[in-house]
Amino acid sequence: MSHVHTPVGGPLFTRVFAIALVVAGIGAWFLTQRFMYGLGAVSNMSDGYPWGIWITYDVLVGTAIGCGGYAMALLVYIFNKGEYHPLVRSAVMTSLFGYALAAASIFVDIGRYWNMFNIFKPSLMNFNSVLLEVALCIAAYVGILFLEFFPTFIEARGGPGAAKGYNKIMFILVAIGVLLPTMHQSSLGTLMVISGDKLSPLWQSGLLPFYNVTTAILMGFGIVIFESYLSAVAFKRPFETPLLSKVAGVIPGLLIVYLVVRWADLLLRGALGSAFAGTAGLMFWIENLLFVAALAMLMPAARRTSAKSLCRASFVLLLGCAVLKFNMYIVGFQPAPGWRYFPSVPEIMVTLAIVAVEIMAYLIFVKKLPVLAAPEHT
Amino acid sequence: MKRREFLKLTAASGLLLATDAGVSRASEAKGPSPDAVGILFDATLCIGCKVCMVACKRENSVPGGALWTEGMTRPPFEYNPGLRNWDMATDLTSRTLNIILTYRNGTGNTKNAEIDGYTFVKRHCMHCAEPACVSACPVSAMTKDKKTGIVTYDKDACIGCRYCQVACPFNIPKFEWDQAYPQIRKCQLCNHRLKEGKYAACCEFCPVGASIYGKVTDLRAEAERRLAQTPGDFYDYPQQRVDSFKTVSSKVARYQKHIYGVNEVGGTQYLMLSGVSPDKLGLPKLPERSFTAKSETIQHTLYKGMIAPGVLLAGLLFAAYRSGRGHEGEDKP
Repeated sequence: MSHVHTPVGGPLFTRVFAIALVVAGIGAWFLTQRFMYGLGAVSNMSDGYPWGIWITYDVLVGTAIGCGGYAMALLVYIFNKGEYHPLVRSAVMTSLFGYALAAASIFVDIGRYWNMFNIFKPSLMNFNSVLLEVALCIAAYVGILFLEFFPTFIEARGGPGAAKGYNKIMFILVAIGVLLPTMHQSSLGTLMVISGDKLSPLWQSGLLPFYNVTTAILMGFGIVIFESYLSAVAFKRPFETPLLSKVAGVIPGLLIVYLVVRWADLLLRGALGSAFAGTAGLMFWIENLLFVAALAMLMPAARRTSAKSLCRASFVLLLGCAVLKFNMYIVGFQPAPGWRYFPSVPEIMVTLAIVAVEIMAYLIFVKKLPVLAAPEHT
Repeated sequence: MKRREFLKLTAASGLLLATDAGVSRASEAKGPSPDAVGILFDATLCIGCKVCMVACKRENSVPGGALWTEGMTRPPFEYNPGLRNWDMATDLTSRTLNIILTYRNGTGNTKNAEIDGYTFVKRHCMHCAEPACVSACPVSAMTKDKKTGIVTYDKDACIGCRYCQVACPFNIPKFEWDQAYPQIRKCQLCNHRLKEGKYAACCEFCPVGASIYGKVTDLRAEAERRLAQTPGDFYDYPQQRVDSFKTVSSKVARYQKHIYGVNEVGGTQYLMLSGVSPDKLGLPKLPERSFTAKSETIQHTLYKGMIAPGVLLAGLLFAAYRSGRGHEGEDKP
């Protein structure tokens, strides 16, 4: 069986595209304010909450959403499940967007952006810094994702099969493309270890790297299912239910491992005392209920057969993982009494603008390039 | 090696990358170097005059100072539009790197008493023995001097990521949120004055010897001597510097039997004595083992010699290559 990818075609300038363009425009206007008058002019970040949603959503959640390529590569190449092949290319593309835009968000968020390339200067590199590992690793991964996606451009010009020679070295890219996210997604968890007591015991743990990389993989599978459903509806293509329900079959096992480790850790550290107070306590329960709900929705094999229930379950899973990541970086972060943080309207608009750019890029790419697997006629 | 064994090894190294296996081995707390310098603040002596704040702002608003910006014509005063007053900072900011804060309880009549009393506390960078900001900074913009132990900041290296702010257990580094070209600001123990043979301005200009400058080992010994006195007796308090010949004799107050900064997060070069317990004065209760050590142990366990990532990569290459051969003739993504 050979997998043929084809461009979807159709007009580019649709209503969705127009709305996304307007949202991106509003975000761009706030960004000019940010660069003219400083971060304080547009954001609610403060010396107590130096990291807001631009880091937490755009980078932490954004790259986890971008883990579709990572999760599928694990499944297809490492666990030798070639049957999922038709899903890989669009997953790699979403990953490329997710990571490229996360890198762009970092540029917006850091105060001294003109010094950004200092992270590549060996004389300045601090190998004790978890953030250095994250930064270098994400930068390298954006490059790898681009190379993984490159055959699409070759095929767009030369037709199916044109990238055959290139595919001979693909296994190297795939291996590095699995290694790098394992490294930086776990480091994105380790990042908060140094904040010590400032992070509530509900989240502060030596296992943060494990939690963050596991939920990144879970989000990767979640987004592959969710995005397949949306693109099936949007482009009126058949939903690959049998294939996706098999992908969904991997999720419950991983979820159980995550939940068992998480709760054993909470109980052993005696951290649950903090679970009944304040916003953090509430958010802790919401986070865990979402994980349990996702497990209940995906555990029985019968529930994995309909497209709609798969879509619903994957959404709950994505939400649960996203809430965990917000809790880890913002809600559970309590630097000292008196500090508060809730994102400002401009901050939210910039984040929405980044999502809008991602949607526009997705629409352009799937319509013009051979990304989605051609519907099979049997 | 058999394929199964190889995959097992790969999985194990992957697991190692994702967890903190082997972290239990505690790293040795280094403590300050013998030449480390610092400040001893005795809250029982402080009269809250804030001369140290004025001196800090003035002496650091010069080239090389911690508040200096190219082209500045006057120190960066605080303006509070709500109260319409100038330079009455209520907390540390990017313009106020040293602050005297007031503790008040009940009637507020008795100095140094936790109940119905008051006291002043001085807050600025603690110059930790294992500074979280230095460990966190990806581009070595925060560095700790090997000899003096002073933690300084280099704006030309800094990318403005603010991870130092996330990391600092004392919330000391401040960011210039209102600037288009912002810097991180923090007390640098008058490092620029040290080079001129002077010392920390807050100590030089303190009129009552509440802040004294000196070697950390001497400061610790001085603090211990004070704790050994009987409250109500007279003691010769050195002024400005711990090795000063100028002393003032005053009545010893009732101290908390705790020198803040000896054990907290591996030790700090700012030490504090007070009559009121430190956590009531905004100095948090902290464990002896620093979070810096925890974080570095995890990171160095996972990435030691890049062995774990290397083994994982080898396994992944093997698996991906095998999988590719199994689907010969098929399209790759």
